Amino acid sequence: MTDRIAAAFEAARGEGRAALMPYLMGGFPDHDTSLVVAQAYADAGADLVELGVPFSDPLADGPVIHAAATRALERGATLESTLELCERIAARVPVVPMAYANMILTHGPERFARLLADAGAVGAIVPDLGPDEGGEIAEELRAAGLALVPLVAPTTRPARRARIGAEAEGFVYLVSDTRTTGERERMPAALRELIGSVQAVARVPVAVGFGIGTPEQAAEVGTIADGVIIGTRLVRAVAESKTSAEAAASVSSFIRECRDRLTAGGGDGAGADGPRGRGV
Amino acid sequence: MSGVASGPAGAAGGAGATLGVDERFGPYGGRFVPEVLIAALDELTAAWAEAREDASYRDELARLLRDFVGRPTPLYLAERLSLRLGRRVYLKREDLAHTGAHKVNNAVGQALLARRMGKRRVISETGAGQHGVAAATACALLGLECVVFMGTEDMRRQAPNVDRMRLLGAEVAAVEAGARTLKEAVSAAIRDWVTNVATSHYIIGSAVGPAPYPALVRDLQRVIGDEAREQALAAEDELPSRVIACVGGGSNAIGTFVPFLDDHGVELIGVEAGGDGLESGRHGASLSAGRTGVLHGALSSVLCDADGQILEAHSVSAGLDYPGVGPEHAHLRDIGRVRYEAVTDAEALAAFRELALLEGIIPALEPSHAIAWLLKSPREDEGYDLLTLSGRGDKDLAEVGERLGDD
Repeated sequence: MTDRIAAAFEAARGEGRAALMPYLMGGFPDHDTSLVVAQAYADAGADLVELGVPFSDPLADGPVIHAAATRALERGATLESTLELCERIAARVPVVPMAYANMILTHGPERFARLLADAGAVGAIVPDLGPDEGGEIAEELRAAGLALVPLVAPTTRPARRARIGAEAEGFVYLVSDTRTTGERERMPAALRELIGSVQAVARVPVAVGFGIGTPEQAAEVGTIADGVIIGTRLVRAVAESKTSAEAAASVSSFIRECRDRLTAGGGDGAGADGPRGRGV
Repeated sequence: MSGVASGPAGAAGGAGATLGVDERFGPYGGRFVPEVLIAALDELTAAWAEAREDASYRDELARLLRDFVGRPTPLYLAERLSLRLGRRVYLKREDLAHTGAHKVNNAVGQALLARRMGKRRVISETGAGQHGVAAATACALLGLECVVFMGTEDMRRQAPNVDRMRLLGAEVAAVEAGARTLKEAVSAAIRDWVTNVATSHYIIGSAVGPAPYPALVRDLQRVIGDEAREQALAAEDELPSRVIACVGGGSNAIGTFVPFLDDHGVELIGVEAGGDGLESGRHGASLSAGRTGVLHGALSSVLCDADGQILEAHSVSAGLDYPGVGPEHAHLRDIGRVRYEAVTDAEALAAFRELALLEGIIPALEPSHAIAWLLKSPREDEGYDLLTLSGRGDKDLAEVGERLGDD
């Protein structure tokens, strides 16, 4: 199933653009609406979908996604109800659930891996699980044919970055510094270098998630990164919608615009050749 | 090929392992945190390994603990309590430390460490406000900027401590998430640290969190047990039969227990918050009734549901109102070296009143749990008991007034 991740990045590269990976909070604001949003992601041309499993104490998430998780849990969301969403769209688009370690340990790594595989997921992102703690969780996911997608941060030291890059499966999730997003007009040189330094050591594609809030920012990051992950912006779009139809329309138009911009390349010409070829 | 799999217990990687700062306690502990924090935790591990061996750091800490905090705190033979129990009981008087609780030992040690690391901004969190006040105090002492995260429900319940922190120059940052109590305050502090990791040091308030925090806080709190053991031997010429301390996150307990771990004749008892009773589901007894899991960066024993969602704890004592516990306690439980018991809110409240009447000491509600266990656990031998009175109860008067008024 990890082949599907490689194929998704490869297909986007074939179109001369970075892969687009929208994030969905499962069960937010309720189960049915989140299913409509998931289908809208697939319809609008998402290359992969990151599916957030709501958790009570999401340390790696900011206030918007935390609030969405709290709301989803109040509406009764569980791991299994979230994986139903995965099952519904998995045939159309590769889905990578994002779950915190405590939920995996409570269900048991073997059972967790089996539930994901049964739902058609292609991998898992565990934001509070690094290479030193992976252990049994990594083994069980691998045994089920799922990629444990590692995270790299701007603070990750070079030796550790190299180790993570060399061992990575699926893709590397590069978490950029949240303070670099927002009002700027050009990608900071530091981010450009950071993406390059991870690509230099990673044997798989590098996708960047850093609170990308506009199609322009997506396009700019996409000139260098192999994939662009959009989270908070889309969760907010759902939160601000009054009906599921409105939510679907809102996320669709955003994703389509991002795709168009990614295809056109970034504004400064640096990405005229699209993302560089990767050994995917 | 696997890379990501290096056995959790076997490959204790990272700088800490080589420098002798424990990262794991049996299978527990570790670092279940966002990747962005790993480098800061490595830096902290190295800084602590170095500082604790450095004479200038040790001397300055010792001087501040003596002249500023008022250490050593007394070991007091509680005579009327002893009469009531039919055996001698000594109280380790952490309630007499500056700011009124043991929390200051850790706060001063970590604030010194922050200054040594060149971090001028300190982040902290608090539930009842004791650790927040201690952190604010240590930062005022050393001229560091201090931000204390506190749930708005706790701010309401502990308004005097909010005023104290502000008077000491700290910013009290209100946390609105979840039940607006300690668990969310810790999460908010960690999130702030993720964002400001280059300039800030996080002074965590208990022996919890990702490595090296459980070891760092234990090392700074073991002054309680080191002093108590020496004082007990001086008073009695033999070690106590039982050593008792309350356990929320577990910093006063681990600091008390550690010097006695190799004294195999000494029974060690940690007392958790039983709330309305373990069977009610409304309690804070993470060791007695939890599951193996991850909260705030460490593998330990936590209160969570069958889907892995962390549960709210319930305790009359804000300091024990936490659904996790330090990882070393989980290990000490598993290997049978420490026995963990729970007492209810009602038992703790009765003990609170009893100690005030018998000894003229108003204990905090947290160590009132330890007193309560002692009151109902007589023992027939020639020995004596030692109990850590981790803080004073002034902060609890309003809460206790309400509860006892309900009787």
